[in-house]
Amino acid sequence: MMLALLQAAAEASPAAHPLAGTVAEYVWMLPLLPLLGFVINGLLSIVPAYHAGPEDVSHDPEAGHTDMAHEEAYEAEATTFHRRWNALSSVVGPLVVGIAFVLAAAIFLAMRAAGPSLETAGAFVRTYGSWMPAGELRINWGLQLDQLSMLMTLIITGVGTLIHLFSIGYMRTDPGYSRYFAYLNLFVCFMLVLVLGGSYPVLFVGWEGVGLCSYLLIGFWFSDESNANAGKKAFIVNRVGDFGFLVAMFLLWANLGTLDYAGVDAAATRLVANGALVTAICLFLFLGCAGKSAQLPLYIWLPDAMAGPTPVSALIHAATMVTAGVYLIARSGALFALAPFASLLVALTGALTALFAATIGLKQWDIKKVLAYSTVSQLGYMFVAAGVGAYSAAVFHLATHAFFKALLFLGAGSVIYALHEAYHHTHREEDAQDMRNMGGLRRHMPVTWALMWAATLAIAGVPVFSGFFSKDQILGAVYGAARHSAIGELRLLGIPGSAILYGIYVLGLVTALITAIYMTRMMLYTFHGANRTGEGERPHLHEAPWIMTGPLAVLGVLTVFGGWLNLPAVLHALGPEALLDRWLAPVVARASATLAGGEVAHLSHATEYALIGAAVAVSVLGIGFAVVRYRGPLLAKREAEAAETGLGAAVRQAYYVDRGIGRYLVEPTIALSRKVLWRGLDVGLIDGVIVNGSAALMRGVAWAGARIQTGNVGNYAWIVAVGALVVIGAVAFR
Amino acid sequence: MIAEALFFSAILFTIGVVGVLTRRNALIIFMCVELMLNAVNLSFVALSKMHGAALGQVFVVFVMTVAAAEAAVGLAIVIAVYRHFGTVELQNINLLRG
Amino acid sequence: MRDVLAALRLDAWVLPALMVWPLLGALLIFMFGRTARPGAAPGFAPWRDVRVLTMIVLIGEALMSVGLWAIFDPGVTGWQARIDLPWIPEWGAGLTLGVDGISLVMVLLTTLLMPLAVLASWDNVRSKVRSYYGLLLILMSGTLGVFLALDLLLFYVCWELVLIPMYFMIGISGGRERARASHKYFLAAFIGSLLMLVSIIALWVAGGSQSFNLDALLIATRGAIGQTAQTWLFLGFFTAFAVKSAFFPFHTWLPDAQHEAPTSGAVALGIKVGTYGILRFALPFFPAAALDPTLRLTIIGLAVAGIIYGALVAMVQPDFKKLVSYASVSHLGFVVLGIFALTVQSIQGAMMVMIGHGVSIGALFLLVGMLQDRSGTGMIQRFGGIARVAPLFAASLTVVALSTIGLPGTNGFVGEFLVLIGAYGAYPIPAVLATTGVILAAVYLLWALQRVIFNPRTADEAGDVRDLDRRELVAMVGFVVAILWLGIAPGPVLRRIEGPAQRIVEQVTRGAETAAAAPPTAALP
Repeated sequence: MMLALLQAAAEASPAAHPLAGTVAEYVWMLPLLPLLGFVINGLLSIVPAYHAGPEDVSHDPEAGHTDMAHEEAYEAEATTFHRRWNALSSVVGPLVVGIAFVLAAAIFLAMRAAGPSLETAGAFVRTYGSWMPAGELRINWGLQLDQLSMLMTLIITGVGTLIHLFSIGYMRTDPGYSRYFAYLNLFVCFMLVLVLGGSYPVLFVGWEGVGLCSYLLIGFWFSDESNANAGKKAFIVNRVGDFGFLVAMFLLWANLGTLDYAGVDAAATRLVANGALVTAICLFLFLGCAGKSAQLPLYIWLPDAMAGPTPVSALIHAATMVTAGVYLIARSGALFALAPFASLLVALTGALTALFAATIGLKQWDIKKVLAYSTVSQLGYMFVAAGVGAYSAAVFHLATHAFFKALLFLGAGSVIYALHEAYHHTHREEDAQDMRNMGGLRRHMPVTWALMWAATLAIAGVPVFSGFFSKDQILGAVYGAARHSAIGELRLLGIPGSAILYGIYVLGLVTALITAIYMTRMMLYTFHGANRTGEGERPHLHEAPWIMTGPLAVLGVLTVFGGWLNLPAVLHALGPEALLDRWLAPVVARASATLAGGEVAHLSHATEYALIGAAVAVSVLGIGFAVVRYRGPLLAKREAEAAETGLGAAVRQAYYVDRGIGRYLVEPTIALSRKVLWRGLDVGLIDGVIVNGSAALMRGVAWAGARIQTGNVGNYAWIVAVGALVVIGAVAFR
Repeated sequence: MIAEALFFSAILFTIGVVGVLTRRNALIIFMCVELMLNAVNLSFVALSKMHGAALGQVFVVFVMTVAAAEAAVGLAIVIAVYRHFGTVELQNINLLRG
Repeated sequence: MRDVLAALRLDAWVLPALMVWPLLGALLIFMFGRTARPGAAPGFAPWRDVRVLTMIVLIGEALMSVGLWAIFDPGVTGWQARIDLPWIPEWGAGLTLGVDGISLVMVLLTTLLMPLAVLASWDNVRSKVRSYYGLLLILMSGTLGVFLALDLLLFYVCWELVLIPMYFMIGISGGRERARASHKYFLAAFIGSLLMLVSIIALWVAGGSQSFNLDALLIATRGAIGQTAQTWLFLGFFTAFAVKSAFFPFHTWLPDAQHEAPTSGAVALGIKVGTYGILRFALPFFPAAALDPTLRLTIIGLAVAGIIYGALVAMVQPDFKKLVSYASVSHLGFVVLGIFALTVQSIQGAMMVMIGHGVSIGALFLLVGMLQDRSGTGMIQRFGGIARVAPLFAASLTVVALSTIGLPGTNGFVGEFLVLIGAYGAYPIPAVLATTGVILAAVYLLWALQRVIFNPRTADEAGDVRDLDRRELVAMVGFVVAILWLGIAPGPVLRRIEGPAQRIVEQVTRGAETAAAAPPTAALP
């Protein structure tokens, strides 16, 4: 049926597009392949459960050993029954994503082959049937392939495949193995729908779908209440953002009469530049982005999301899903270009988030929490870039971040895995994620150590590593925009936009400094110094199996050489310059130029060198500071926490934001609902007073009436007689 | 002539009403009701005579038939009441009290 | 397929058959039905089991309605498969039946939902099984009558035929508080019904006391009723429909009734006949009242308040069944918002929410009913970690909950999205406020979901919850398929609703113009 639809679609559109008839026609297979994997793995997880009775044990490498006896029992059972199914999942899960990657690569080659004709042809759009036909509103299941979605697809399927492979090792002994791969496949499917969807509603399908998978995977070990809470929190906070997205779609439909990208891009010219309408649309869209990409004030779900398995954190909460907001803004460039005010707010929010999250990262002990806050912070950078109109810089950082952050998370996963195995041997209940239980792991896990250092240098912005180039491009773009752009000419609260942009640049530099410090701190505590895991555990610490280190190595290569995707012009000696900028130009160049106020400002080489110098100096300074500051022996757990007062404690507790939201938003809402709305209004007023009150009134009248019914015939006779007299009297003396 | 007949009928009727209102024994009340019926019968006959129309007398036959039926049913109820309560004093019987 | 149906001349008899067949089935059940006593060997042929008989009747009904779908021509805007039999010619009342896209969809929803509901709550009814299922079939006939009737008197009779069996179903086979709940339900609904009867008679008089026929009355009363009179008559209809569909603030009977009713009864409660009535009668007959800005804004305000209020109150319910009832109140707000926003999209969306209400809230009720049957309690705090002991149950509950939340790709999203996007054009601020319901729905359902199927396992009730049996599995697969199908490819349904929705919008806007032209003195007839 799909093929028939496909043919119909192909016949319907003129074959003018250079991609028509090429392998790009199979773009629909990209999301369907992981969906197939979801169906197979879903059946694998649910059918044996149905036949074999309840799955009764929790195996959670990140939550200590509460259920040791069960676990042993499980492992005995697993050899006989679950393994067979697990083997199938191990093949199907990564394979479908791998095939999708191969297909994506083939399509990419086709796009390369199409050459310059593609740049003018616009997006390759295919429609596969109608979704919501309602009056003039016609929403179709349409996919759109262009340079931006192609890049995202490659990242998602590529990094996705690596993380699927890593998961084979990491989740090896989990009883929910098939279920895990089912969710992960489903996530890839929705993520591809998100980036390939040809209209805002179709994007929204992926948008909420990835939220669903995130919810399911954060709460994967749902028997622990805090995990289930974290999943729920993620979904609900995301919903707050989705509310904004929905309103933005309503605004678009009500004012432009279309919801697909092509239509919006064309109709955007009708909007008044810098008008209230387009600003509102962009701000509501940005609310959605802030939810999905964990920006202020909706970042609160992401640190909690670390409750999920670590590969999930790598794939969903670092490399792909959380960057969807950046993708959305780049995708909506035509709108944001008309709303410099909204763009300025995006950049400002991004900068503030980056700094805010980075400071929290300084004080975390949980290795995954450090990475989580670091992710929030790096996402802030991307929004800074998107805000100043440097969409390709944002996407560049998105790509390099996907590489180095996935590597960091997987590396952390492999550390956690090692500690978990060690504690498992000695049956000790210790936190396998607490850096105070680590230290000196370099000797036990040299591969992980080396690769994670590469990623750390990348995120800190040390030259040659990928993160250096992308971060430098962002800072350069902000500096350029501050010098001359449409945003710079605005005023916000009386402050000129260019001043704010200079401020954002400084914030970016400070954040880079802090980033270098906390990442180095994390590396020092984890891999260097004396080992604090425990005497009994030390012999059991060892490197993860090859199925886990293999993907790490691949990501390591990308982390180191990812910068070559988009070398700056001043470093053209290193290789071909600005590959990514040129690749994305057909999609984003016009919007970037509009926001820049005509032409993207080109900084002189001297300025560029100065900027690069500043960035490098800052990162080296940060690493150096951390090495000096955190070299000493670590304080014991309790002492360290007791020593915290004032600002230190506040930072450790993430500025008490969660507690404040709980106390001033969640609890009052529940109390209001329970005491005022339910008990007061519903049960009390409407049901009690009005409904039961009217019944009581009737009962009262009836009671009064019943008093007359004495049951004594004599009384009735008297009443009749008196009544008769009254009637006669009334007639007689009228 | 007609005046006397109607006067007599009114006296009879009033005696019946007063009896129904004041007496407590079901049988006596019952007899008072009969008295009221017959008072009405009397005025029917008298008025029929005065108007020279037979319709009044036809009604008398009707009323007597109904009264007979009523007597049968009523006495049966009184007997049933007596069997159940052991008395026919009506102030003691108030099953329908609301 | 089509040829077979054409040879059967389905259009000539399917509508009366849809109404009469359940009545015959009820008769059959009262005559031959037997009840299996648990434990004892059934001393009768299995086909005589009341539930088997009911299923046979319901499946027959479902097949007929699918046939109706097959012969329905989406391109035609008027009534199809129309039947007109004389009934009370002196009053101009006839047994007139017909379908358009809207009633077609509602009929299919009813006939397909009920077999699944009976299947999924197979052992739920324990006492007076025969009378319960007999009444259920009578109720079914009444519900279909409401959707099919093109005659106002017939509509009223069917309307009462929905009300009365349900009163007995709750009162006879319900839970501990059944008497109170059934009285409350009956009185609330009946007061509404009487107001509607008054309005129907007034319409009949205004139309020249000639006919109760819907189309004839629409023409006869056009421009004959002044603004004030329209408002009062409209309120008569609207009150009946609002009470029946548990529209905020007329909803308090619903949690009680649904809590006490047997599971399949709670699903069949007939919330949808109310909102259907608004679309079919209240709007086209009283366009001037429907477009009166104050009245319309009041109703829309109540709808939005209901969305938020229902969600907030649902959030704090300790009892899962009541939570679902309040969720139903919240969803109903979307329906009314969509209807009174009066755009094609919003009315189509309202229909989708009504369908989704039947499917998702219905399935939620069935699942909660299973939980209650198994453990003897519906209190959320008594559960936890059920996903471990009953994975299929947990998976079904998750999918159904997600569709209730309105996740894209499920039916819930299509309905809410269309309602909101349609309403936004007419009433931007209420639409934005209503959109917050999307957040709140996630709050109350995911919280409940977590406390029931996730979290650590509790020792007591949760241990007894066994997984779905084969019968329940079949029903749940049916629901999940419906949820996904309506979420991914609602086109066939939406296209059939589109014409009627357009017509309603036109009727109201055009009707309001003629009413404005009517002399202001044309007061109550």
